[in-house]
Amino acid sequence: MERKMVFMQGNEAVAEGAIYAGARFYAGYPITPSSEIAEICSQRLLEVGGIYMQMEDELASMAAITGASLAGKKSLTATSGPGFSLMQENLGMAQAAEVPCVVVDVQRSGPSTGLATKPAQADIMQARWGRHGDQAIIALAPATVQECFELTVKAFSLSERFRTPVVLMPDEIIGHLRESVLLPAPGELEVVERKRYTGDPKAYLPFKPEDDDIAPMADYGSRYVFHITSSMHGYEGYSQNDPDNAAWKIGHLSDKIYNSLDEIIETREFFTEEMELLVITSGSTVRAAHEAVRQARSGGMKAGLLQLITLWPFADSKISELAAGVKSILVPEMNLGQMVHEVRRIVGAEMPVHSLAKSSGQGIEPQEILTKIREVY
Amino acid sequence: MAVYSAEHYLNRKRLPHLWCAGCGSGIVLGSLTRAMAALGLDREKVVTVTGIGCWGKADDYLNTNAFHGTHGRALSFATGIKAANPELTVIALMGDGDGATIGGNHLIHSARRNIGVTAIVVNNMNYGMTGGQYSATTPHGCITSTSKYGNPEREMDLCALVAVAGANYVGRSTAYHVTQLDSLIKNAISHKGFSFVEVISPCPTHFGRRNKFGVSVGMMKCLKERGLNKAKFGMLAEEEKDKYILLGKLVDRDEPDFNEQYETIRTRVFGSEQGLKG
Repeated sequence: MERKMVFMQGNEAVAEGAIYAGARFYAGYPITPSSEIAEICSQRLLEVGGIYMQMEDELASMAAITGASLAGKKSLTATSGPGFSLMQENLGMAQAAEVPCVVVDVQRSGPSTGLATKPAQADIMQARWGRHGDQAIIALAPATVQECFELTVKAFSLSERFRTPVVLMPDEIIGHLRESVLLPAPGELEVVERKRYTGDPKAYLPFKPEDDDIAPMADYGSRYVFHITSSMHGYEGYSQNDPDNAAWKIGHLSDKIYNSLDEIIETREFFTEEMELLVITSGSTVRAAHEAVRQARSGGMKAGLLQLITLWPFADSKISELAAGVKSILVPEMNLGQMVHEVRRIVGAEMPVHSLAKSSGQGIEPQEILTKIREVY
Repeated sequence: MAVYSAEHYLNRKRLPHLWCAGCGSGIVLGSLTRAMAALGLDREKVVTVTGIGCWGKADDYLNTNAFHGTHGRALSFATGIKAANPELTVIALMGDGDGATIGGNHLIHSARRNIGVTAIVVNNMNYGMTGGQYSATTPHGCITSTSKYGNPEREMDLCALVAVAGANYVGRSTAYHVTQLDSLIKNAISHKGFSFVEVISPCPTHFGRRNKFGVSVGMMKCLKERGLNKAKFGMLAEEEKDKYILLGKLVDRDEPDFNEQYETIRTRVFGSEQGLKG
């Protein structure tokens, strides 16, 4: 099989990317604007020997993919804001029990049922902080249909590598966008498999990290018998409530991610040489910002653009590096201002950070960003 | 088939258990391990799935694989495990909180889907672990820590619910009727499709004390007197039935389970070969 150019929808590219990454289990509850992912997976997984399950709700969906992953299948679910809210409970379970899986949240406008189903980028903080307790999450945001495919593959790889759930969060505009995609040949994109234990069954400790911060896994049904729990646990996977262990374990859930930022964080720069104003954004807003920055450059303004492909962990180092050479920063986003606070945290009070916040169920247009660039430049 | 004793499945390192004196959970755990031994299950091929609650701690005392998950979702984790690897024996252990109340929706749909999971619900008619509040199976009028003047809600007949939702196997016993319980659990585990055993179990610490059943002996006596087989239960006048508990095998069907249905469709569409378009 060779590379192939096809005309495809963002949600379709997510489903195909999941199959490419080796996903063979999907459990979900249909919701616009993500339903195409369920529809395509229901057909494609049957074709490739996998399983599609339509669950009774999103609580069960998230639980089922966690169980299936421990039975050895790469697993995913897809949803939108209202369903993503319901998934938070068992997303926390998957984080605590360190179970790889991918959750796709095609972002729509809220709160609650909201503007069904107009686009938004308002789940950024929910993805980061939606669960109770301390934990870290990896979240990725595609800006093109090509990225929908490639970042789905990457989401699975990061999930397997770091033994943790990963959230892929296209906004509705990207999920429903159709454009040309170059589908990679098998083997062309890196597909990471989880580290599996191969030693003595009696010596297996399912939660004892090795030098790379990650404990090797086993599959239910293999010769390695293991115990998983949502409760605080030690290396053996049984409840363990002593303070030293709790402090270590809670720290570990964040450390295993924050110790490997170089492996996780991906950004893309446009027009960032000799720059005075930096635009930082993600998802569909990158497309509008690209056009606005291009026009600003034509008009003699030294504007540049940073696309955050990885939303979480936040790209602190890259933003610090680029901010060092500019006079101001503009953060357009389809919400009342979520990413902008992270940017302000990084660059400090001295640097003017302007927000272009739009929360009306509409995409941000290039002209709006260009107008704002002119205003703050 | 390998020959194991019931103790083979017990995780002695985690004993003694945390259950109160007079609680029925230990009795059900005994039945479960005897059923596993009778079936000669390889512990590597068994996954015990639990939620939160007193009976939800049972996985700690078993030597099988285990998944101790969030409250009410045991059947959903179990569904994913079984669907992903149908060769596993997947057993969900839930209380009336997990199984009937917060997880009631999953119970209905697991039965409807006929997923090949065995659910053993230990029904002690209240939330024991959190201090004895009322649940969906607390009888109407009973005293609990959140119904001090009597439960305003009505209780649910779990076996009837699961039967009508489509489970292949449904049975009910009590922590007193242990021989029957051993047999029901063994048959449920070996039965294809969704199988369900409800065990009426004493909670002397909360439910018994508040409702004047006396301590554990009094509760056991009550289970002994009120538990009736189908023949005896059938002879009761309608107005008497509320006071008694119908015990035994209640449903025994042979409908295809979820994985079988799924593979039937796959085979119909693609023949026996798979992975054609992978």
